[in-house]
Amino acid sequence: MKKQWFTISVYSENNVGLLNRISGIFLKRHINIESLNVSKSEIDGVSKFTVVVFTTEDWTRKIVMQIEKQIEVIKAFYHTDEETIYQESALFKIASNLLFDERQIQNIIKESHAQIVTVSREFFVLAKTGKREEIDDMYQLLEPFGIMQFVRSGRIAVSKAEMRISTLLKEFEHK
Amino acid sequence: METLKAKHIKDNNKTTLRISGAEAIIHCLLAEGVDLIYGYPGGAIMPVYDELYKFQDRLTHVLTRHEQGAVHAAQGYARVSGRVGVAMATSGPGATNLVTGIADAQIDSTPVVCITGQVPRHLLGSDAFQETDIIGISTPVTKWNYQVTRASEIPEIMAKAFYIARSGRPGPVLIDITKNAQFDELDFSYEPCNAVRSYNPYPKPDPKAIDAAAALINSAKKPYIVYGQGVILGQAEEQLKALVEKAGIPAAWTILGLSAMDTDHPLNVGMVGMHGNYGPNILTNECDLLIAIGMRFDDRVTGDLNTYAKQARIIHFEIDPAEIDKNVKVDIAVLGNARDSLELLLPKIKKNSHKDWHDKFKEKYREEYDAVIKNDLQPTKAGLTMGEVVEAINKASGNKAVVVSDVGQHQMVTCRYARFKQTKSNITSGGLGTMGFALPAAIGAKMAAMDREVVAIIGDGGYQMNIQELATIFQNKTPVKIVVLNNDHLGMVRQWQELFFERRYASTVMTNPDFVKIAEGYHIKAKRVTKREELAATVEEMMQSPEAYFLEVKVEKEDNVFPMIPSGASVSDIRLK
Repeated sequence: MKKQWFTISVYSENNVGLLNRISGIFLKRHINIESLNVSKSEIDGVSKFTVVVFTTEDWTRKIVMQIEKQIEVIKAFYHTDEETIYQESALFKIASNLLFDERQIQNIIKESHAQIVTVSREFFVLAKTGKREEIDDMYQLLEPFGIMQFVRSGRIAVSKAEMRISTLLKEFEHK
Repeated sequence: METLKAKHIKDNNKTTLRISGAEAIIHCLLAEGVDLIYGYPGGAIMPVYDELYKFQDRLTHVLTRHEQGAVHAAQGYARVSGRVGVAMATSGPGATNLVTGIADAQIDSTPVVCITGQVPRHLLGSDAFQETDIIGISTPVTKWNYQVTRASEIPEIMAKAFYIARSGRPGPVLIDITKNAQFDELDFSYEPCNAVRSYNPYPKPDPKAIDAAAALINSAKKPYIVYGQGVILGQAEEQLKALVEKAGIPAAWTILGLSAMDTDHPLNVGMVGMHGNYGPNILTNECDLLIAIGMRFDDRVTGDLNTYAKQARIIHFEIDPAEIDKNVKVDIAVLGNARDSLELLLPKIKKNSHKDWHDKFKEKYREEYDAVIKNDLQPTKAGLTMGEVVEAINKASGNKAVVVSDVGQHQMVTCRYARFKQTKSNITSGGLGTMGFALPAAIGAKMAAMDREVVAIIGDGGYQMNIQELATIFQNKTPVKIVVLNNDHLGMVRQWQELFFERRYASTVMTNPDFVKIAEGYHIKAKRVTKREELAATVEEMMQSPEAYFLEVKVEKEDNVFPMIPSGASVSDIRLK
């Protein structure tokens, strides 16, 4: 089976230790977590884990089943890139003098729709939100000038199809 | 089950009883109907032990000689009684010593609640004396775990622990309780837990899947059932028997499914797996429909997956959605408790006999009998075989004993030859293969079934992994019967070395102590059998003994267990020699 990118979305009770439990499921199977994000979800008190993996669909399905088996997990889903809207964010810290000495940098900022977050005497910070390739492209363009610091966030994603968490929780209340 | 005292608390407006966290733990246990726990005291759990002292008329604490013994005893208790077993230990080494048993309970789906003490909250993370991150350590091997740091959390968390341990696919739960939470007071009231909103323990069988399963079963020419522990845990023994009899389907057990059905039932055809019976393995690749009930296609059952039952349609009755298509892709999955699913299925099943198909199993049995079984059970050579000892135990117990086995050659022989009339009677470490399991598990098994004989069958290797529990047997006057099949080797590893490593017996030869003297040192009646003529009478004497009895049988040193599917080979390639 062919390997591809999958976004795993996990809705869970907000519980200390669950991250450890979930990451252990990947570790045990030697599946690398390419990116991980934990945040609140659209439901009060329910957390959302967004995990990106590059593996086969069969492994992804088995992992999702194991995640869903954990007591505090309400529901887990997996989607291909085509089935989600997804973004990542990145910050670039660059020496301020380059902004004046290298005209090309201003063009890169304009064309990549990046944002200048702050400028000080020593450095300025660019924020870029987009797909991984877009951030990679921007990195390639800026690298020759010297990047003081770089960081990229985990992927965040929403699915095109519905994730019926509220319905699930309502069903439970009526049990 | 509600206790009087708990009821009293409830009736008094729920807030009148102000007690310590430690006392609350005892009330929670009593409210869950627990009257027996296994454990070992230590600094961080002392407040709870102080309460155990006060409540000893209502809650018996059995002091094992090692925390591993405590958790295995709790497992043995749980497996025989069907109730939740409880083990208790202190922080640090006490907690880590539980881990093997917890892992064993996880892979064998045994309901166990482990309670560990922990350093006080303000010392957490300071590398305090006997501090260990048992939550982190136990996470991959528990169904659920939780660290309690405030006394007020105790009732809710304890209720949740018992509910999670016993519901759905059972498993171990560990509750780590900081010492301050044991000392601090709370307003105690207890509500049993009946649901956790993110947890669906009993998926409802899909009627469409049931219909599809029934259609396949009714049209199959060579249907074959493999049943596992899910039948026992789901209390589906009667339904399994009804299905087997109505549809005339030969059925084979996995190591943990054994005793779910009378071993003498004519349609109960034997054991599957690496050292299972010849027919049940070979015919897996000849059936046209494989019906898996409450089993999880372990690699020791399937052998090479690429050549496992490829010709057959497969139906999987299973409670755990994560097991579906995990190892073997199935045609129809019926999610749900085995009992619920089979009850829905039974009315849709047509009567049948499949006599020709069943005759194939008989034919294969005769081949196995001539090549293996005859020599195991009625040997003509000088040395004693493990099989004839198991057979002597069958005879002396009238197939009525609870048999607890350890791990290795003797375990395979036991699970092949022990006969059972009653469910929950075969207790062994299946998935994890934990040597040292049997002696403590037999203690728990006996305490769960004082009216039954409990016979532990153990190898000389595994026996010495928890031999200290002889002291627990002596102190509690637990009348278990202990049979050590001594071949002075780590027999199973030695067998592999003989077959696959050109007889290089690396670290498998054991120079053993005088086991009889050791048992006698613990004031346990003990005998050694070295000759065939002495066997039957001594086993009979052991069975008749009203107190604990230790029997060492010196068996042939280099016997092998056959049949055997070599590791990674197909079930079709099972060897008779």
